Amino acid sequence: MLVYFTRRLINVVAMLLVVSAVTFGIFFMVPKLTGSDPALLYVGKIADKVAIEGIRHKMGLDKSIIEQYFLFLKGLFVGRDYSTGVDVTHCSAPCFGYSFKTEQEVWPLLLDRLGVTASLAAGAAVLWLVFGTATGVVSALKRRTLLDRFTMTTALAGVSLPIYFTGMISIAIFVHQLGWFPNNYVALTTDPVAWFQNLALPWITLAFLYAATYARLTRATLLEVLGEDYIRTARAKGLGERTVIGKHAMRSTLTPILTVFGMDLGGLIGGAVLTETTYNFRGLGYEAVAAISSSDLPVIMGVTMFAGFFIILANLLVDVLYAVVDPRVRLA
Amino acid sequence: MITPTETTGTAAEAQPDPTPAVAPKKIEGRSPGRIAWDRLKRDKVALGGGIVVILLILAAIFAPVLTSLFGHPVDQPHPDQINPDLGLPKGAFGGISSNYLLGVDPTFGRDVFSRIVYGAQISLTVAFLAAGVSVVIGVLMGVTAGYFGGWVDAVISRVMDVLLAFPQLLFSIALVSVMPDSLLGLSGSGVRMGILVMVIGFFGWPYIGRIVRGQAMSMREREFVDAARSLGAGSVHILLRELLPNLVAPILVYTTLIIPTNILSEAALSFLGAGVKPPTPSWGQMLSDATKIYTVDPTYMVVPGMAIFITVLAFNLFGDGLRDALDPKGN
Repeated sequence: MLVYFTRRLINVVAMLLVVSAVTFGIFFMVPKLTGSDPALLYVGKIADKVAIEGIRHKMGLDKSIIEQYFLFLKGLFVGRDYSTGVDVTHCSAPCFGYSFKTEQEVWPLLLDRLGVTASLAAGAAVLWLVFGTATGVVSALKRRTLLDRFTMTTALAGVSLPIYFTGMISIAIFVHQLGWFPNNYVALTTDPVAWFQNLALPWITLAFLYAATYARLTRATLLEVLGEDYIRTARAKGLGERTVIGKHAMRSTLTPILTVFGMDLGGLIGGAVLTETTYNFRGLGYEAVAAISSSDLPVIMGVTMFAGFFIILANLLVDVLYAVVDPRVRLA
Repeated sequence: MITPTETTGTAAEAQPDPTPAVAPKKIEGRSPGRIAWDRLKRDKVALGGGIVVILLILAAIFAPVLTSLFGHPVDQPHPDQINPDLGLPKGAFGGISSNYLLGVDPTFGRDVFSRIVYGAQISLTVAFLAAGVSVVIGVLMGVTAGYFGGWVDAVISRVMDVLLAFPQLLFSIALVSVMPDSLLGLSGSGVRMGILVMVIGFFGWPYIGRIVRGQAMSMREREFVDAARSLGAGSVHILLRELLPNLVAPILVYTTLIIPTNILSEAALSFLGAGVKPPTPSWGQMLSDATKIYTVDPTYMVVPGMAIFITVLAFNLFGDGLRDALDPKGN
């Protein structure tokens, strides 16, 4: 178990390094190739040559791309000093640099926005996991009935709907027409009731989309598992249907669902870009879109790496859970 | 090629009926392709999806004809249809009338019907080309990884893992926004479409790659591969002539299922402002414009939203049906 875990952990670190190198390379190389200067982005168009050179030196933009990347990595682990020769600004670890636009440190900004995105993702995840799998199980057990056809058609429709479309419809109906929900994010620590009220609608909208996928996946997997020999054996030795489904079939049905869940949740925490844009919640995804439209490279880098981190972390958790459940995994 | 007995290939549709005039009730040998087609024909829902898909493709191809028959030139403004104080269409329901089938867009008063039809062109072109990119890379990488195994497999699998760990949507918008406006001799909306195809296609290949890898891995242990090898076939021959034809069914299914995903990706990128540039029409961009006005004029939001929904649903229905039809275990 320990060997398996260590191996996975090394893998995670390697993946993070690759993701960061590629992200860094692309976001700092492409502007160079296309002739736009990151230093210019930083100081604005009216700056004089001396100011641009100063910034370039201070931010380390005059060094080679490899050196810059290592400085960036160093900043992440031990912090980094930005020096103009006269004064020194210290950015403590983990240092993602400073925003080109607001000149604020990126890391506190990321942490601040994480609260919004995590609230959004966590609530929706609970909803879709419960309702999605439950619907899938019922649908599989009542296969080819009217109920099955109805839920599966709804699920397929759900998979085919873009979140910003359903989001806008839900806002138009439930916020503006009926006035059932407010639509302004309030932090959990400020007012838990308002937090819940404001998030309820995005939760439901987001969960509907994912629940549809999970219902389809659960149904397909459970039907396949129910055709396995060991299920027949379990029935043949006289076990009740509850035990056969609940204990034997569900165990192997949940494994692929866990995988997808890990990836989805990780991806969402990394930035529910479309949902946040639609509902105007200032989370990580919203911040990323804003940063992209203003070419704020350090913020884009920060969010992308942060998001990659969560996806990889979620995958690691899923793998570890797998290894706990299934001994074949850790021996492989 | 040497064909395994339970192949799910489709190469057989073209075969002429060997026994044209025999008595009825004679036991007939049906090719796998024929069996799949018969199954698909019985699946009315999938067939309906398929028909809608064909209609959509035709609409996209004949967009100029359609708009000249039922609409107005795609970029032509109609200020007379717009209430100058509000910037919204004068008529009810977004200005829908016999003259403007789906209404006019806010501010400019352009014909929404024409923009939807031309938007279908953009959407489907990007989705199909991106699917092509994903399939080519995915199949090549997947077959190579699955067949050779060892370090080749390890390297390709790692690359796929890394790609799957990328926050794709974020990365795509960022990438599209730092790309220049003219590239490789292309300019205007061509560049953006090219970039969209590459970005969407590139992030899509690991999904196909994983499936093909798994299939290739199990298939390389089969007798027909051994047979080919003992006849002296080289790796390239085995890959292209033995394995690939037997992978046609899963590749076909996943291609039809990756197209709706690509349509959604294109729409999402356009919605976030990283799609083709205005005034070229696209569905996602229309929805993005609608965010400012949908509480007063919901029609302009509903029309492109429904266009995306219907298109994606049709592809999904058809793809699902195709998968069931080609599944040798199905009944």
